[in-house]
Amino acid sequence: MYLFILPGFVYFVVFRYLPLLGNIIAFQDYSPFLGFHSPWVGFANFHRLFTDPDVGIALRNTLEISALQLAFFFPAPIILALLLNSMVSEPAKRLMQSVLYLPHFISWVIIIALWQQIFGGAGFINQFLRNGGRHTINIMNNPGFFKPLVVLQVIWKETGWGTIIILAALTRIDATLYEAAAMDGANGWRRLWHVTLPGIRGVIVLLLILRLATILNTGFEQIFLQRNAVGARAAEVLDTFTYFRGIQGGDWGFSAAVGLLKGGVAAILVFAANRVAKAFGGEGAF
Amino acid sequence: MARRTPAYPPWMEKPSTLARVGKMALLAVLAFLMLFPFVYVIAVSFSSYMDVLGGGLILVPKHPTLEAYRAIFKGGIVAHALWVSIGLTLGGTVVNMVMTVSMAYGLSRPAVPGSHAVLALVLVTLLFSAGIIPDYLLVRNLGLIDTYGSLILPGAINAFNLVILRQFFMSLPSELVESARLDGASDLWVLLRIILPLSKPVLAVIALFYGVAHWNDFFRATLYLNDAHKWPIQLVLRQYVLQGGALANAVALDPNQPPPPAQTIQMAVVVIATAPILIVYPFLQRYFTRGVLSGAIKG
Repeated sequence: MYLFILPGFVYFVVFRYLPLLGNIIAFQDYSPFLGFHSPWVGFANFHRLFTDPDVGIALRNTLEISALQLAFFFPAPIILALLLNSMVSEPAKRLMQSVLYLPHFISWVIIIALWQQIFGGAGFINQFLRNGGRHTINIMNNPGFFKPLVVLQVIWKETGWGTIIILAALTRIDATLYEAAAMDGANGWRRLWHVTLPGIRGVIVLLLILRLATILNTGFEQIFLQRNAVGARAAEVLDTFTYFRGIQGGDWGFSAAVGLLKGGVAAILVFAANRVAKAFGGEGAF
Repeated sequence: MARRTPAYPPWMEKPSTLARVGKMALLAVLAFLMLFPFVYVIAVSFSSYMDVLGGGLILVPKHPTLEAYRAIFKGGIVAHALWVSIGLTLGGTVVNMVMTVSMAYGLSRPAVPGSHAVLALVLVTLLFSAGIIPDYLLVRNLGLIDTYGSLILPGAINAFNLVILRQFFMSLPSELVESARLDGASDLWVLLRIILPLSKPVLAVIALFYGVAHWNDFFRATLYLNDAHKWPIQLVLRQYVLQGGALANAVALDPNQPPPPAQTIQMAVVVIATAPILIVYPFLQRYFTRGVLSGAIKG
């Protein structure tokens, strides 16, 4: 039996645990030629976190995008799931779900190509404006539009997929509660308020807490792909910062420090979030 | 006259016409917003010079042509990248499945000492990752930069899929396994002849998810492949569609004819890169709506 486990065990040790040790370079002035024998510099890389202005920009962009996502993307699947749930025609509902889940399976490169074809300089909207003799507008490479745009893209791509977990929670609500509420004279809105929302409160709280725990994650590919069009000042987030400073720029020790701090904060937030979820009377994620 | 049974339960008041029409209009707008970009891109990919130069909005090309697709499939970087992606998707998924099935099987059997510790080791990885820099250094120290191993090995097992599969294996009736073992069957025989045939649906959905992830993989390829000749379709798509790279080498253009418009070729690349996902999508959907995932989301 151990022979079946062994390859997977080796995989997890080598590719998931060994890199953790690699984080020691955050305390080194790492150079690829010396490898892990590079000189130790203590916390010098971490001191630079506070003096390098680019770190501040990346952190601010990360938090701003996360906050916008929390305000606009987080409620979207809940509202959409309630809408789908109120559809009486089963076949129409299934058709709608097929359409809404699709973009989840399409890569960010393609999604952004699609958006560019609609909103970009030579895209559909500008074609439309040009035909009407009006001024064209390039939404895709305007730094001021970048953050709302990124959030809109996430809403477009992932809202449908996000409804799955809400819809699952909705099916677990006892149907007799609705009937009883209707008998007592509650109309559709009151049933939504007094039966449906309390029924999915647990899932919503859990999702909210998990989202808060991953507040430093904004997704690498989506941002990376559109960063050049608007510049680093508007678009750099912690993950892209680490990539460009470390792998492109060769500032290994410093970018590892940024990554390590981000990972450390994320780990603390996950555990704290789980505690809070349990305190709310939920089951917690683990 | 036969009475139609209403689609809503008897205690519910009859939905007002206004509410029904309003909801239908809202859903129609949503469906339009989701589907329009796809329709538009497909239309542009089939349009000819006359359509593009005409300057009008292309929703149905007046002079449809396959020129762009012909130019792509005749050879060049895009065609090569498509082969790379097909190979990576097939090869990568085979590695994923062998590794995941094997480990899930080993961890699913009762009373294997230490298996709980190994499972805990796996579950912890769901909560954290080491970070981009250490992952990159590991791949480089293993000598995998610019090899396809760098795209397959670091993601050989998805811990989520492993847990789902292990749970499914454990839910199978244990009498089957025990009676086979009494007849002297080996562990491998039990896996191949009893467990796997009973697990076809869950194996199919996990393989599809792995396959889609390989086809869509952009992050690892960006990190680990410097050599542009080795690029899969997603990176090539970025260079020629998002960054507007010159298409002369990307596709095989006929020197005796005016080339198709760049926009048309770009959109044809997008359509081709999306097609495999659209083809497997109905199969994927059949499974995830049937709750293979809803049970797994909260494992």
